[in-house]
Amino acid sequence: MMKQRFFILLLISLFSLGVRAELTIEIMGGAANQIPIAVVPFDASPVAGAQQNSISNIINADLKRSGLFRTLETRGVANQPHQVADVKYSDWLGIQAQALTIGTVEPLPGNRMKVAFRLLDVLKQNQLLAMEFTITQSQQRMTAHKIADMIYEKLTGEKGVFATRISYVNKANGRYSLEVADADGFNPQTVVSSKEPLISPSWSPDGTKIAYVSFEKKKPVIYVQSLVSGQRYVLANFKGNNSAPAWSPDGSKLAIVLTYSANSQVYIINADGSGLKQLTYSSGIDTEPDWSPDGAFVYFTSNRGGGPQIYRIPSSGGDAKRVTFEGAYNVSPHVSPDGKLLTYIKQDSSGFRVAIQDIETGQVQTRSDTSQDESPSFAPNGRIILYATNVGGKGTLAAVSSDGRVKQRLTDAGGDVREPSWGPAN
Amino acid sequence: MNKSLLMSVLLASVLAACSNNAVKNKPAAPVVDSAQSSQAAADAEAARLAAEKAAADADLAALKDPNNILSKRSVYFDFDKDEVKPEYRALVDAHAKFLLAHPKSKVAIQGNADNRGSREYNLSLGQRRSVAVKKVMNLAGVQEAQIETVSYGEEKANACKDEACFQQDRRADIVYDHE
Repeated sequence: MMKQRFFILLLISLFSLGVRAELTIEIMGGAANQIPIAVVPFDASPVAGAQQNSISNIINADLKRSGLFRTLETRGVANQPHQVADVKYSDWLGIQAQALTIGTVEPLPGNRMKVAFRLLDVLKQNQLLAMEFTITQSQQRMTAHKIADMIYEKLTGEKGVFATRISYVNKANGRYSLEVADADGFNPQTVVSSKEPLISPSWSPDGTKIAYVSFEKKKPVIYVQSLVSGQRYVLANFKGNNSAPAWSPDGSKLAIVLTYSANSQVYIINADGSGLKQLTYSSGIDTEPDWSPDGAFVYFTSNRGGGPQIYRIPSSGGDAKRVTFEGAYNVSPHVSPDGKLLTYIKQDSSGFRVAIQDIETGQVQTRSDTSQDESPSFAPNGRIILYATNVGGKGTLAAVSSDGRVKQRLTDAGGDVREPSWGPAN
Repeated sequence: MNKSLLMSVLLASVLAACSNNAVKNKPAAPVVDSAQSSQAAADAEAARLAAEKAAADADLAALKDPNNILSKRSVYFDFDKDEVKPEYRALVDAHAKFLLAHPKSKVAIQGNADNRGSREYNLSLGQRRSVAVKKVMNLAGVQEAQIETVSYGEEKANACKDEACFQQDRRADIVYDHE
């Protein structure tokens, strides 16, 4: 089994002067047929120390982290091309590369730069992609992620998610903070922090807002906060608990959970806090709503039949239908972006684990090998499930590919991380 | 304790409240000259406050006295359950009686869950547990206005690894508002 570590701590001093710990990502496993790719350093003479942060290195790290690529060591190749005319395909066949990425970084006046890259097919000896960007210094990382996404999509046929963001809650020194970071854990920004717990962050479909639950008023209240302006408003502060917000796919409404009339029940509320309407009616617990991508259904957890199981109800109201039947405890449903799969936490003899269910056939498979898993959610391309778990008594994030082959662990040296949620593709 | 005795306790405290008001109102009346009578009124007020404080202290002592069942505040639950088990009935009933005897006292019942499973489900489960304890108190006659239910879900849970530890987190705590 391949086991690699990316220690990105070195880069903190360069990139995040805000002195906040970043997530360190460890990868375990990989696809059966990894695509061998060589990424030649774009900049021939990088500033000392900046090598690890260079665009080509970020591309390399992204592709490697996906588990679908075998990134090849290029230093042994004497001729390091930057232009197509300089490529000697025999060199790259020699190290068994199937794909080759070359490029250039050219400084421009005013802290700007021109980045050009090409993706070449080594076997067919032709060009697959060519693109040029004029960017500012601060857009360097995101541009590298976008290039990695293009390479990923060209070679695998699926959308990449390197240029997306994730959110999570970090608990450190008795404080909770809701963080938004790049999908590789870099560049964490604090959205809100509190002495009281923060849970259940949910991204608006356009990626500009996050709804979350804060206990800062000594009871759970739902807020919506803009990631652009930082401004927030109270979405729901009714009698009792206000929790589990989930945006509708068109962003106009949220499904929320209130204990307004005794039991936790699912309600629907407009994004501006108006038009509250009860959706589920049971004498038990109904919670954790999640919309189907077409907006027609709301999946949720309910113990109306005894233990917690997953149900679904038309979002316009009606009868709830039970969806999970294996095991006595199934919670935290999230639907895949294509609407075909459901991921949730399933209790089995070895603990609480991430499961994946084919919605049409009902077939269930356990995907994680950890045992205290929580809050699974799909990446925007449906290929990766991000979830929270516990390793050595410490909250940790983990990710597993939908096929179970690639596993990642994301830890924060300075705190306990939990409640992850993958933001939408922009 | 039977109902009529409870009623008389209630009645007594209502009467006490009335007479207290009467005493309190006195200094507000226009007193022109008599320093002595106002001194007497102040002494009476001080004595009354001292007596009230002594009574309150005695009650608080009862809530904290390890030999008194009232010092026990936690009701424990089975995994994924919200039924108040028979062994906790006496404890909840004792607090219900205390609340009936002290209509000005208020409690928050704080529901908790162990840290396994889902945070949101556990938030709902903690709420169910606090409501389950409240319902037992309601049955004993305690009014809604005296009880607030809160859930912390698994947010205050310990970093547990075994059942002995999980068990400690599956509970509802009865917390008095003056504490």
